[in-house]
Amino acid sequence: MDEGLRNELSKAGVFTTSLSELYNWGQKNSLWPLQFGLACCAIEMIAASMARFDIARFGAEVFRPSPRQADLMIVAGTVTKKMAPQVVRLYNQMPEPKFVIAMGACAISGGPFKQGYNVLKGIDRYIPVDVHIPGCPPRPEALLHALMTLQKKIEEQSLTGINRPRQMDPNQTGEFPIPTFGAHDLEPPSNPEVWRPIKIDRGS
Amino acid sequence: MSLTSTGAANPFGALSANGTESVQRFSRSPKPDPGDLGGELLEVSMGPHHPSTHGVFRMDVVLDGETVVKLKPVFGYLHRNHEKIAENTSYLGSMPYTDRLDYLCSMTNNWAYALSVEKLAGLQVPERAQYIRVITAELTRLLNHTCLIGFLLQDMGALGTPMMYAFREREKILDLFESLSGARMMCNYMRFGGCRCELPKHWLEQARQVVEDFPHFLDEFEALLTGNEILLARSQGVGVLPKDLAINASITGPMLRAAGVGYDIRKVDNYGIYERFEFRVPIGAHGDVFDRYMVRVLEMRESLGILRKALTDIPEGPIMDPKSKLRGFKPKAGEAYGRIEGPKGELGFYLISDGSANPFRYRVRPPSLINLTVLEDMCLGHNVADVVIILGSVDIVLGEVDR
Repeated sequence: MDEGLRNELSKAGVFTTSLSELYNWGQKNSLWPLQFGLACCAIEMIAASMARFDIARFGAEVFRPSPRQADLMIVAGTVTKKMAPQVVRLYNQMPEPKFVIAMGACAISGGPFKQGYNVLKGIDRYIPVDVHIPGCPPRPEALLHALMTLQKKIEEQSLTGINRPRQMDPNQTGEFPIPTFGAHDLEPPSNPEVWRPIKIDRGS
Repeated sequence: MSLTSTGAANPFGALSANGTESVQRFSRSPKPDPGDLGGELLEVSMGPHHPSTHGVFRMDVVLDGETVVKLKPVFGYLHRNHEKIAENTSYLGSMPYTDRLDYLCSMTNNWAYALSVEKLAGLQVPERAQYIRVITAELTRLLNHTCLIGFLLQDMGALGTPMMYAFREREKILDLFESLSGARMMCNYMRFGGCRCELPKHWLEQARQVVEDFPHFLDEFEALLTGNEILLARSQGVGVLPKDLAINASITGPMLRAAGVGYDIRKVDNYGIYERFEFRVPIGAHGDVFDRYMVRVLEMRESLGILRKALTDIPEGPIMDPKSKLRGFKPKAGEAYGRIEGPKGELGFYLISDGSANPFRYRVRPPSLINLTVLEDMCLGHNVADVVIILGSVDIVLGEVDR
């Protein structure tokens, strides 16, 4: 719609919008996170929901203990190989539309514990991550920034066409396979739908 | 017994009399006997994603109706190979990892590790650094106990308000830590033979201000909580830990003191410069959840006394032992065990050195894990809703339990 016409109409007291804008506006301002802490970053996540940082300003203060009522999963902390299946299962149990913020170095890549034998090298191997926040732990402001980034992302999504989000595509699956313990590592080591190792072309 | 005969004649008795004893006891009606109703046992898995298990921790609970018949804790959801990583890096390289053990109190973890390496290498800590260590450790104790009480009350159903109050105070202390070390939570501040950097300008005044304001918060907090009928009803007589079991299971920290044993490593070991400070060790009389809450509140008040004295007495001078070196640090072969009274209990680091740059063996004695071993004994016979509170009163941090 033409901006000038919209301005004129709003002066006359007529509010015009498109369906997708209305949908995105509602979605981005009522993100309910899953109350789900894994490690150190969870404390900063709690701090972000407390009076000083007050995540309620962004409409995301309703931390739900049940994945069935949550829109946003904040993976706050180290994901170990024992915990990774539960994280994927919780993700699968969340209703669409759902978003993931990987909070902290561990959730992104394994962080300081990457060299260990029991830490997953990034939760984005199994579930699609929308926003990554670096830091060990990230400050609460960083979490708020990630939330705003996610809101921008939601604002820009279109409901139809090739760029529509995953949940709008009937051919896409909302569930991902849950890894199990294999002989040496989690099986499969990653979900090829969301993550593939970088292939380095070294010539021949 | 050697445990209770430490220090002066009875430095703890006076406080115990007007500490937890002064609060009225809440009488509860006897539980109906489940009897021979012929119901089936129900096995419930609480966790690892449970809103009140304080991290990723699972309990396999067998219930008869609502009564706990059997409880099996399952750990390992946050096992991050801390010890093996530390054995493969230099001594100083594992200092940042100690921050992430008990991620609420990084300063005390740093101190315990620095203390054991200093024992191993024979380093002396200068006077000023000792005072800085005491100040930061006691601030950490305040921070830990306020947060713990907030979490505990959240578990009891007081959603929000006590947590908000606790985190408001936590932010004030974290601001001090941030200006001191550059990080809010993961301070990485202590070094072998001293501290990493000098106090910033006006830091001492700011710390004095925080310490001065803290009793007002504590009074407010206590007016809100201690004597609150719901808190008394939910916590008194719940999760009783008998004295002899506490000693046999090597429980330490506020849990042991709430069970009635006056054992505080600050008094027993006199590590650092704690013999210069006069403080009392609060001990409980019943060993229930309420006593654990009350002991922590009283401990905070004693910590404030230590802080007040340390913040006025702190001398000028160097903050590092001139003999200590950060690069190429290789202590002589040997072994050492350094321990401190962390906010959760006895935190110890056991190190074996073979003369190389890495420790040959690195072992953490985590208070949270060992205090958790009596969980089943405390929970049996209680309702499933009480299990959450009992777990909350143990004060666990899963980073330290699983390491």
